[in-house]
Amino acid sequence: MTFTGWFTIFAFVVILTAIAMPLGRYMAAVYTGEHTFLDWLLVRPERFLYRVLRVDVNKGQDWKQYAKSLIIFSLAGWLLLYLILRTQTLWDFTGLNPMHYHSAPWNVTFNTTSSFLTNTNWQYYGGETTMSYFSQMAGLTVQNFISAGVGIVVAVALVRGIVSRSGKSIGNFYQDLIRTILWLLIPMAIVIALVLVFQGSIDNFSHYLSFKGVTGLPNTIAMGPVASQEAIKELGTNGGGFFNTNSAHPFENPTGFSNFFEMLVVLIIPAALVFMYGRMTGNRRQGYAIYSTMMIMFLGAVIVCYIAEAHGSPAQHAAGLHTAVIHGSSGGNLEGKEQRFGTAGSALFDVVTTVTSCGAVNSAIESFTGIGGAVPFANLSASEVIFGGVGTGLYSILLYVLLAVFIGGLMVGRTPEYLGKKIEAREIKLVSLGLLITPLTALFCTALATASKAGRASIDTAVTGHGPQGFSETFYAYLSQANNNGSAFAGYTGFVQPNAGNLGSHGITFADILGGFDMLFARYAPILFALAVAGSLAGKRVSPPGLGTMRTDNPTFVVLLIGVIVLVGALTFFPALLLGPIVQGLTPHLYS
Amino acid sequence: MRKDIISSAIGILVLALLCGIIYPLVIEGVSQVAFPGNANGQLVHVHGKLVGSKLIGQNFADIVYKHGKPEISDGNPVTTPDPRYFQTRPSGTTPADNDAATTFANYGPNSTITLAALKSNIATYIQLNGKYYPGGLTAGKVPVDAADTSASGVDPDISIANADIQAYRIAAVRHLSLSTVMGLVSKYTGLRGLGFSGEDTVNVLELNLALNRITGNN
Repeated sequence: MTFTGWFTIFAFVVILTAIAMPLGRYMAAVYTGEHTFLDWLLVRPERFLYRVLRVDVNKGQDWKQYAKSLIIFSLAGWLLLYLILRTQTLWDFTGLNPMHYHSAPWNVTFNTTSSFLTNTNWQYYGGETTMSYFSQMAGLTVQNFISAGVGIVVAVALVRGIVSRSGKSIGNFYQDLIRTILWLLIPMAIVIALVLVFQGSIDNFSHYLSFKGVTGLPNTIAMGPVASQEAIKELGTNGGGFFNTNSAHPFENPTGFSNFFEMLVVLIIPAALVFMYGRMTGNRRQGYAIYSTMMIMFLGAVIVCYIAEAHGSPAQHAAGLHTAVIHGSSGGNLEGKEQRFGTAGSALFDVVTTVTSCGAVNSAIESFTGIGGAVPFANLSASEVIFGGVGTGLYSILLYVLLAVFIGGLMVGRTPEYLGKKIEAREIKLVSLGLLITPLTALFCTALATASKAGRASIDTAVTGHGPQGFSETFYAYLSQANNNGSAFAGYTGFVQPNAGNLGSHGITFADILGGFDMLFARYAPILFALAVAGSLAGKRVSPPGLGTMRTDNPTFVVLLIGVIVLVGALTFFPALLLGPIVQGLTPHLYS
Repeated sequence: MRKDIISSAIGILVLALLCGIIYPLVIEGVSQVAFPGNANGQLVHVHGKLVGSKLIGQNFADIVYKHGKPEISDGNPVTTPDPRYFQTRPSGTTPADNDAATTFANYGPNSTITLAALKSNIATYIQLNGKYYPGGLTAGKVPVDAADTSASGVDPDISIANADIQAYRIAAVRHLSLSTVMGLVSKYTGLRGLGFSGEDTVNVLELNLALNRITGNN
């Protein structure tokens, strides 16, 4: 561990908070229709879009109409993306398929389409060996924007349900989505993409470059419109790499500064949403309480992960390596990590992208130490509420807040109330279902994959060996997909190259399909429950706070909320975690 | 229902045009004008010929010949590190004619497969540098970045500690003074971003090309 390593973490937290607060204010203005500094530019295109889409945004939608629009729109998105990916060569006339790649087969495409639609961006393909530039842009980049937008609007709708005092409307889906994309995602993505190019990310439509290197060895470098996709990939907590090695690739993440910048970009909207929430409830302290909860859990994860990675791995120690800091080297477990990021920059990036549903990686999570690798597991086990994905984080933690209010109410023996609204049996049923469906899906898929013959074929023992690592890999795969995260213990199924030879393999088709359903189900079921909660709370009578009202904006509530999150996560996942990462973290034993 | 289907169908097409065509074209256009060098990959040419990108680590190795023919293993030519050049980090990326497929090595922390890979990397490093380094090298003296596989497989950088050890070999093989080589190492050392983010790095391609310029190799 080094001073600069710890300082990086400290500076990150300070800068993140400093940017998130004003952004939260801006977002509150965007969603409540107040004036913003971009209105002069965007109001006319906005009205034009409503006309083209033939939507009447003056009409609010109740939760069922909102959900119906969302589902139908998502279905349209799924179909378009699947079509574009499966007809890759048809678009060669655009000149945006310089390598003349064919489409990936249906099973990989099913997985990829579901993955990008659900903001997961799990990838059973290598970007630079599978996708044409056209597919990357018109296919994947589009869903990077839209899936992020869909997550955000669900959170906004839930917030409206919580604060609304009359009527059953929770907003208009099309209006929320279009405002999110015009006011938030596109302007920010433009700035971010240009900063990334300034740092060294590439953005061109060139053919891949083949040449002879300095010693005369043949070499090829992949090119492409990387920065534009990289920007929205991080901003929308999507995480699907343009290249197979994602943000470890120097063209995606060229410098120590770009690494720091990308981490900020990943967390900025999830963090700002919390401040937005505080403003929209009319009590900013509600936002601060949730922000503190998230930040405390985030810091815990970062500290554990950094210490574990700086300590080094059992394999390193067995090989006789010294993993302490020496002059000119940060030491630690640098297996699967880039020199320019070091252990601190890799550990922090890993935590940032696994607490959110981003899932971008700048290092190989599979190569993290047992305890370092248990951290992303724990982050996923908390159901993506430590900041979480754009929107998903806020609506999931609000469900936890309602649960905590309910449990707190039971403990003090009063009718639970949140912001003056009674929390009744109907809401708690919906909350419980919304929170449990993701873990249940993840565990069910893991069980299916480890207990079935077809599933076990997905473990590539040539790389993994036999031992807890294979279980960790499998469990992580379905946990990550269920939480719509998309990061991977990337040895799972081995290195899949849809245009190369290992496609016929049984384990890969199995993993493609199970994973695809895992993602779709665990994305849309909680969305429906969150919207149902919004509908149930909308228009409920607000009673003024009395002496006995349990406060939800003080440290006591923060402790209660953390307790509930940890308890639910631990009770659900602890047995499975024991079999994988924890056993690996506790033993110096090497498995073959 | 029908209204939703119409709005969704039009909506997805309009947003695809906006986010998938217009937005990337704008970024590409502005990047090409504002930062053409970066946007095209910081390519490095020697005598007008492309030899690599500053950001993409390459293998500074020579093809092994057997009976006048390149020796092939698993469909790829067998190579041996060229002692005249600073060596990049171990890589899990499959070589050469693969349309640039980068990949993680995915070595687990508790695996004997990892141990074997580390041992082999350490042995290669010691064999290459041990006899030039004062006092010789043991596994304990090998910097972790020289033994551990990089993430991208095309890490362009090595640590300062790694470069300092290799400098002894380079000086001896190229008949240069150690201070000349060390001077070049510090010239091509990039400091961590913002003074704290990440680690100090030595760019291997730039360093090797600078060496070639001094000794007149190409």
